[in-house]
Amino acid sequence: MSDFESKGQRFVALCLLGVLLFNYPILALFNVSGTVLGVPVLYVYMFGAWSALIALMAWIAESGR
Amino acid sequence: MLHGTTIILISFAYLGLLFAIAYFADERADAGRSVIASPYVYSLSLAVYATAWTFYGSVGRAASDGVGFLPIYIGPTLMIALWWVVLRKILRISKQNRITSLADFIASRYGKSALLGGLVTVIAVIGILPYISLQLKAVSNSFAILVQYPEITMPSKAGASSIREDAALWMALILAAFTIAFGTRHLDAAEHHQGMVAAIAFESLVKLLAFLAVGIFVTFGIYDGFGDVFARASAEPKLAAMMTPLEGVAGGYSNWAWLTVLSMMAIMFLPRQFQVAVVENVDEKHLSKAIWLFPVYMLAINIFVLPIAFGGLLRFPDGTVDADTFVLTLPMAEKHELLALLVFIGGLSAATGMIIVETIALSTMVCNDLVMPVLLRLRGLRLNERPDLTRLLLGIRRGAIVLILILGYLYFRLAGEAYALVSIGLISFAAVAQFAPAILGGIFWKGGTRAGALWGLSAGFGIWLYTLLLPAIARSGWLPGSLLDDGPFGIALLRPLQLFGLAGLDSISHAMIWSMIANVGAYILVSLSASPNADEHRQASVFVDVFRHTGEAGGARFWRGTASVPDLYSLLARFLGTAAADGAFVEYASAKGLAWPDPALLADAGLVHYVEVQLAGAIGGASARIMVASVVKEETLTIEEVRDILDEASQVVVYSHRLEQKSHELEAATAELREANERLKELDRLKDDFVSTVTHELRTPLTSIRAFTEILLDDPEVELGQRKKFLGIITKETERLTRLINQVLDLAKIESGNAEWAETDVDLKDVISDTLGAMGQVFKERNIEVAAHLPDKVALVTADLDRMIQVMLNLLSNAAKFCDAGNGRVEISLVERGASLQVDVRDNGRGISPEHQTEIFSKFHQVGDTLTDKPHGSGLGLHISRQIIEHFGGRLWVESDLGCGACFSFTVPTRVSARAGYTSVPSPIGASE
Repeated sequence: MSDFESKGQRFVALCLLGVLLFNYPILALFNVSGTVLGVPVLYVYMFGAWSALIALMAWIAESGR
Repeated sequence: MLHGTTIILISFAYLGLLFAIAYFADERADAGRSVIASPYVYSLSLAVYATAWTFYGSVGRAASDGVGFLPIYIGPTLMIALWWVVLRKILRISKQNRITSLADFIASRYGKSALLGGLVTVIAVIGILPYISLQLKAVSNSFAILVQYPEITMPSKAGASSIREDAALWMALILAAFTIAFGTRHLDAAEHHQGMVAAIAFESLVKLLAFLAVGIFVTFGIYDGFGDVFARASAEPKLAAMMTPLEGVAGGYSNWAWLTVLSMMAIMFLPRQFQVAVVENVDEKHLSKAIWLFPVYMLAINIFVLPIAFGGLLRFPDGTVDADTFVLTLPMAEKHELLALLVFIGGLSAATGMIIVETIALSTMVCNDLVMPVLLRLRGLRLNERPDLTRLLLGIRRGAIVLILILGYLYFRLAGEAYALVSIGLISFAAVAQFAPAILGGIFWKGGTRAGALWGLSAGFGIWLYTLLLPAIARSGWLPGSLLDDGPFGIALLRPLQLFGLAGLDSISHAMIWSMIANVGAYILVSLSASPNADEHRQASVFVDVFRHTGEAGGARFWRGTASVPDLYSLLARFLGTAAADGAFVEYASAKGLAWPDPALLADAGLVHYVEVQLAGAIGGASARIMVASVVKEETLTIEEVRDILDEASQVVVYSHRLEQKSHELEAATAELREANERLKELDRLKDDFVSTVTHELRTPLTSIRAFTEILLDDPEVELGQRKKFLGIITKETERLTRLINQVLDLAKIESGNAEWAETDVDLKDVISDTLGAMGQVFKERNIEVAAHLPDKVALVTADLDRMIQVMLNLLSNAAKFCDAGNGRVEISLVERGASLQVDVRDNGRGISPEHQTEIFSKFHQVGDTLTDKPHGSGLGLHISRQIIEHFGGRLWVESDLGCGACFSFTVPTRVSARAGYTSVPSPIGASE
């Protein structure tokens, strides 16, 4: 049970991180003109942060089994 | 060239394929080889979230406000991170109580309230119907565009062609047939719709592949990669502003946040999501994979949205082509017939998947939570007396499916042209978000009551009607526009889109704020204003503490009354059919170790609860409650009694925890005692051994002393030479006796820790040379060659000089004793090894066999076979030597191969390191204690 609980707590923490990453003011930091490899910064940030979030979710979900 | 007929034929072929897949999966399931028992199929089926609205609408939204479409997919990702906590709980509750729909979930939580279930059903149907017609519209539009190939004409300009509307009608009817065939096969809805889920998973693959294909075609076919698309878009002054798109939008970040929240609710509480995520889930463990696979799916289907949107805006700069259709019109404009057709099929799969699952979910709700409770209450129908109700139930569901699809089609015909695709979807999202407080509050907070949920839902839904649906209707022209501009009766504060003067937000955020305040506020306030009744209290405990009570005993604890087995059986048989009822009873009886039928089976609380849960799977919790109550005599529990049971249960839990702890402690104490006892026994045995060995050792010299003295005493005539020899033996034996007694005393002192150690700085080199000097005579007598390898200068050690000499003497005399008789050789070496000195004493005797190498260090162990050889010593020397060396922090050991001599070595830490390694030898054991 404690394993389930600690996993749950990690997921909650991850959700809070996600909420932080995808809201004002962090979002505003990347809402600037400019490009990375030709793609606007904001778009790169969005998809990058999103991918990182999913990777962390996969890591937590698959760990300890 | 694409003809209308070709497209229709291909569409029909695609739908036929779906039928085939579903049929195949159902056959496999009947054969016991489920195809959906896989986390990958589960994850793909969750992707029913991506509808035609995603497929076509995301690009449309991206074309107007850049990343504005992303919250609809990022929100769910954030929510899925909470699935481990939230969905796992909902899954467990639903499986334990056989909950088969959202309405059933909410109704069951709040005391199995039929009224609440009905309200949820009404909200869901009203909220979702536009969403279903949106799917029909998407298919019909895409068909109308594709059929014009190679011309690109928007459907609104193409006129009301009857063929495309007929296509939508035909599709609605085919989908109704599919849904009836694969969604209402079984009555017990807790049995999964395997065929349907397999088809949905397949559709999710098709739409993803189609979208990726067009995305890759636009990004890498028409343009030269992502950078190229964005670079060309930046060159257009109109599009350059979209690169930082949140800046220009009024209340940009707040709209963004609300859209995220809205989507978080939608992924949990859309009826179709509840259906695939909860009802169709076959194994809780699939969650671990779905938690990240489903977000990966959403990420994948969104990667190319922006390039397609900008590609479309660049390709059709004059705005004649609706951005919602870019996915389809871009391949058409590039004359890629097959790709356009694939896109059409992808859109079709997105739309049909949504319609099928949504319709099944809604029809279950309509049947179990709207129609059945009413029918069961109408006494005139005498439903209670009918022997078989399965056909009636299936009939209601099938009717509901057809009705919902027809209503969806009519809605599309009447109002479908009124809004853009995206707004319809969001309006539906906002409707289902109203379920969030009642469900989330219900599974984590025991204080929520039926009245609270009713008021919360009604208030939230009311605001939704007023701020979202009413304006939508007004915009369609069926209500005067002044209602929106001036408010009802000219009251500006009540304007639906700026309620109480709240302006500056988009209509969705505006509606979400007010409806959530009303919903959550009413739910909490009303819940707190009155305490829950017995039913609510019981269900709250069953839901909130689902992980604490395992099995179905959770609900059975609360039932008191009398029932009869035949009554319960016939009740189940009426709703499930006799075969299913028999199966259920066999399962229950075998769990109790009985057969069915068996007179020993008791109609106790467990069975009543079991029957009610089985029934709930077919007709919903509220109706099941009513039906079970009609065949059993039930004692109504008062709220105090329910509380008592709960308290009792929690006390029992506490007690059993304590008991468990106590027994663990007891076990540990027992183990310790046993260990101590073993140790004492061992000590006792050792003591006995010691005493018997010592007395034995003392007796041997004593015997010979006594024998010779007796000879001398009895026979005065003994010759002088003989007499001298005898006296010599007596002296020697006495010496041996003295030595033995001294050693025993010495050992006793060392082991009891009473020995006196005179610690000084000792030079081991001197110790060795001194001892060799003292032993010189002995070696010479035995003709033994001695070689000492000593360095010029060694570090000093802290030790007792006399004790070190004692050790050295012991080792050397042992070596002398066991050396090869004729050709003896003893080597002594002293080396510095790290922080200690090592002394090796090597002889060329017969050596010591490995099994004796540890024994020789124990007390009274004689080297050599005591039976045949005369003992050479007391058997204490090595034991005492080891004790001495260990006292000074060193080690004494032997290395030997039989026949190749033995090498005794010891180490003593040098003075610098002596402090760290210094240990005083405690008294382990010994007769002296």
